[in-house]
Parts: sequence; C-alpha cells; structure tokens
Amino acid sequence: MKASSQSWIVAIALAVAIALPLVAPTYYVQFASKALLMGLLAVALNLVVGFGGMVSLCHAALFGLAGYSLAFLTPEGEGASIWLSLPAAVLVSSFAALVIGALSLRTKGIYFIMVTLAFGEMLFYLLHDTKIGGGSDGLYIYLKPEFGFGGAALDLERASTFYFVVLVCLVLGVALVSMLVRSPFGHALVAARDNERRARSLGFPVYRIRLTAFVISGALAGVAGYFSAAQFGFVAPQLLGWHLSATVLVMVVLGGMTSVLGPLAGALAIIGLEEVLKSNFEYWKLIYGLIVMAMVFVLPGGLQQLASMVLGAKPASEDDAVERDMTAPHDDAATDRLRPELLRSEAKAHV
Amino acid sequence: MSEMNDVALEANQLVKRFGGLIAVSEVSLSVRAGEIHAVIGPNGAGKSTLVNLLSGDLSATSGSIRVAGRDVTALNPQKRALAGLGRSYQKTTIFANSTVFENVRLAAQAHGGRALRMMGSVADHADINARAHAALDQVGLSHRAPLKACLMSHGEQRQLEIAMVLATDPRIILLDEPLAGMGQAEAVRMIALIRSLKRGRAVLLVEHDMDAVFALADQLTVMADGGVIGSGAPADVRANAAVRKAYLGAHGDETVDAA
Repeated sequence: MKASSQSWIVAIALAVAIALPLVAPTYYVQFASKALLMGLLAVALNLVVGFGGMVSLCHAALFGLAGYSLAFLTPEGEGASIWLSLPAAVLVSSFAALVIGALSLRTKGIYFIMVTLAFGEMLFYLLHDTKIGGGSDGLYIYLKPEFGFGGAALDLERASTFYFVVLVCLVLGVALVSMLVRSPFGHALVAARDNERRARSLGFPVYRIRLTAFVISGALAGVAGYFSAAQFGFVAPQLLGWHLSATVLVMVVLGGMTSVLGPLAGALAIIGLEEVLKSNFEYWKLIYGLIVMAMVFVLPGGLQQLASMVLGAKPASEDDAVERDMTAPHDDAATDRLRPELLRSEAKAHV
Repeated sequence: MSEMNDVALEANQLVKRFGGLIAVSEVSLSVRAGEIHAVIGPNGAGKSTLVNLLSGDLSATSGSIRVAGRDVTALNPQKRALAGLGRSYQKTTIFANSTVFENVRLAAQAHGGRALRMMGSVADHADINARAHAALDQVGLSHRAPLKACLMSHGEQRQLEIAMVLATDPRIILLDEPLAGMGQAEAVRMIALIRSLKRGRAVLLVEHDMDAVFALADQLTVMADGGVIGSGAPADVRANAAVRKAYLGAHGDETVDAA
C-alpha cells in the first residue's frame, strides 16, 4: 500500500472517530468505546504475535488483571483517582507480563502457546475459585475513575468524554507500537522472529528483546483492561479467560499481522459483526463462525489485504518489513547439520 | 614472522563429546591477524563441530577458547559475536524475506552500540546505514541492495552472508564451507573475496575445495576422526607422511569423500 493513500485512510478514519460522539446516540458512543478498547488490546497483542512471532494466549489475563486492579483501588462511595489507579493497574499487568514472559519465553512455538495459556488459566482460576476478587461473582466498580487536573476535571461518567479519553489512549498506543516497529528495536524483534539463530549469531539478545516486547504489550493490554472495567463497572473472572484471548487472536489474524493498524480493523470488524448478528439472529454464533471462516479463506492476508486490493497495490506495507510465515518452524540447523556428521562418524567407528 | 601477541583466536585442547561419541578430540590451534587458517579433513572429521565450538553455538566439553587473549569459553554466541567473532554458516542462513540491504543493516545494527534503541526510524541511523553500504560494497552486492534476499542466486546469498559478517566489524571470521554448492565462476569470485578478508583480520576457513584451500591458506590444520593429525604451513603439511596417508594421498585423482 502506498504510504500516501494509507495516511489518507487513517486521517479520514480519525476524523470520523472524532465526529462520532457529535452525531451518534449514546448507546453507539459506548459501543464505539468498547470496540476501540478491543482494538487497543488487539494492537498490543499484535506487537507480540505479528512482529514478535510469539502467539500468546494469556493477554486476556493481563487485560483482566488491570481491570481487577481498578476494582480493588476504587474506594467505596467515590471514584478512584486516575492518576493513581491507571499507573498502578498498568504496573500490575506489566509485572504479570514480566513474570509470565520470563518463564514462557524459555519455550518456543506450540509450547509457548501452551505455557501462556496455562498461566492465563491459572490467573483465571485464582480469581474464580478464591475469595480474592469476589470469586465467580466478580466485583462491581460503582463509580468511574476521577480524572481531575488542577481545578478542572473530566467527567468520565459522560459517554462522549469517556469515548474521547479512550480514543486518545488508542492513538497513543498505536503511535507507540508504530514507533517501536520502525525503530532498531522493532527491526531486531522481527529479525529474531524470522531467523532466531541468525539473530543470535549477529549478537542480538533475543530473549531480552522478546521479553521487552512482551512486557510493553502487556502494559498496553493493561490500559485497555483498565478502561474496559471502568466502562462496564464490573469485573468477573471471564475477563481473564482464554476465550477472550482467543477472540483477540482472531481479531489480530483477521485484521492482518504485518501492519500496526490491521488488528485494529480486525477488532472493529469482529465487534461490529457480533453486534449486528446478535441483535438479528438467534443462532448468531453459527453465522458468526461461518463468516469468520469465509473471511480467512477469501482474505488470507487479513483485512489489510482487502484495503490493498481496493487501492490496487500489493499486500503488506513494505515499511512494516517482512511478511510472515506462521507455520515456519524455528531454525534448528545446527542440530540438523550435526546429525549426519555424527551418523557418519558413528558408521565409521563400527567399521 | 608474526609474534605470539597477535594471535587473534586460540583454541586449547578443545573436546566435544556427544554421549559416548567424541566429535572433537583435544584440538588446539591458533589463528593470527592477517592470516587465513584452513581446517580440512574428510566428512565427519569434526570440522563443523569445531567451528560451532569456536562460535559458541555448541559448548565445549573441556578445553578453552581465547579471543585476543581473553578467555571466551564461557560466553554465549551473542557475547562472542560482540567480542569480535563473526561467522558464516554452512547452510545459508539469512533473513530470506527481508531485503539484501536490511540483512546487512541488521548485522551492522547489532554491533552499533545502540542496537536496541526504541526511538527513531532505522533509516535515521546514518552510521549503521553507512557501515551496511560499505560491507555490501566490499562483497560487490551494492546493486542488489533493494532486492529480497531469497530472490538472489545461491552464490550471491553466500556473498550476502559474508557481507553480514563484515558489517559486524569482526576481528576474527569463521567461514564454514563458503564455497559449498557454488559454480565455477561464483567460486572464483568468492575466493578473491575471502582473500580480501584477511587484511587486518584473522580468518578460519573450513572448506572441502582443495584448490581453494591451497590457493588461500597461510596455515593448515588437518583433522580426522575428531583429532588433529597434522598442522603447519601448507607445503609442510602436504609433505607430512601421516597426513598423506590418512587424507591427502587421495587428493588429485579422486575425491576426498570417496576415500
């Protein structure tokens, strides 16, 4: 996609997003906030999945932990200060990402998926089966956080205000991920994804690079989780479950993993689709599943491929570097190479 | 004659055991700056294992490795790379879907001091880009810079490997069969390229092509069954009776591997 046409699309989308609360009814403003927060979660996850090549199934847990943090930090009868509770919630998510990442990044490929899934489920059951967070009933957040500065304050109880705060967070999140992807750090991350062994032999500290990306991604997931909890006024263990992790992964794959904005488009499409189907069909999940499958068949490159087709350019924006083959195994050339040599010497020893 | 103090790479009594099998057995060798040291031997002699031990891709069972006098035996491949040890692989290992330039740029970035900066585009780091261009220039691939690496010929991909090693600005270069699978014309170009590498650097070359080895090597080590059976100047090694018997005698009218 040409950079100029891409930035035009982004500019128009942003203009629509800014104008939305001025024209749309409150219900849709709230719905848009929810969709944008899922978009932020998907963009965060894609830093790890698309650019890092690490398929994480624990991002809902990082998302949910920030929500629970807000619930814990909200005093009775008043809202929590955003200046205190937001950094605290993000810190909790980042710390969880640091611990989970530090352990699961010792594994690769399918094992990484399993280990992150296991950690996510551990946190789910921790909140589900103990009294810490109200068990399976969850916790209520009766009042939204208080966003005051100086004498003035933003009233987050107002749907449009809340929406704009979410929009700013999303824009900042996208800007952060875009900056990382273009930076030397981002290129090293992609290099480690494409050829870990080579990246290592060039002198890149692959483990540290991946862990850093994982923690940043977890922090962004925390921001999304914090505002989601604030919006719904309620947190439950389901917020941390693998079901949400998998749904966000679908958003990422459907949107396209080779660009920063693809997953955002994927999230908006999935949330929008869900909403339309839910209100019109009884067996909406069946139709939903069929549509998602059809989209994967028709657009294997994700929604970003659709955008490229419409604009008449080739898929995958080049500045986001390389395309990705998710099925490519990690390079174990060394052991493969050693094996025949060993066999030969062994054969010789027998002679 | 070179003095002891410009020994760039020194292996001392290196041993690598895989279970009951001894792949490398008490190998000692040293490579000086400005010199190409070739390691030859039949398949299964342990040459690739030796290179992997030196680069850190495998850890030695016993023995020690020194880079410019500093013991690097306990260091992992990343740290050894940063200590000035660059290597190429027997099987081409490049970032196949990235451009030729991006491949070399990544190599330069890894050794650029601010390898993991999170701010600013990679395009803004002029010193790194300049180093990448210089490395591409030296191997003669500048005209291929914007091409996807996987679209180049095998020979060019091997040249790219060497450009990537050069971009890391190594003091020691380990080359694992750089001529493998190359056509005649490509091989001639590669030999000239390898010769140009030794200026100011130490080069350890593992190669099957004996014509290339005798055209390039200043020092020669012959391995068989994991051990060293002869070493010294190429002419002396050629005259060594044990080596002739075990290995070189077969050279000339039939291939080494068939022996």
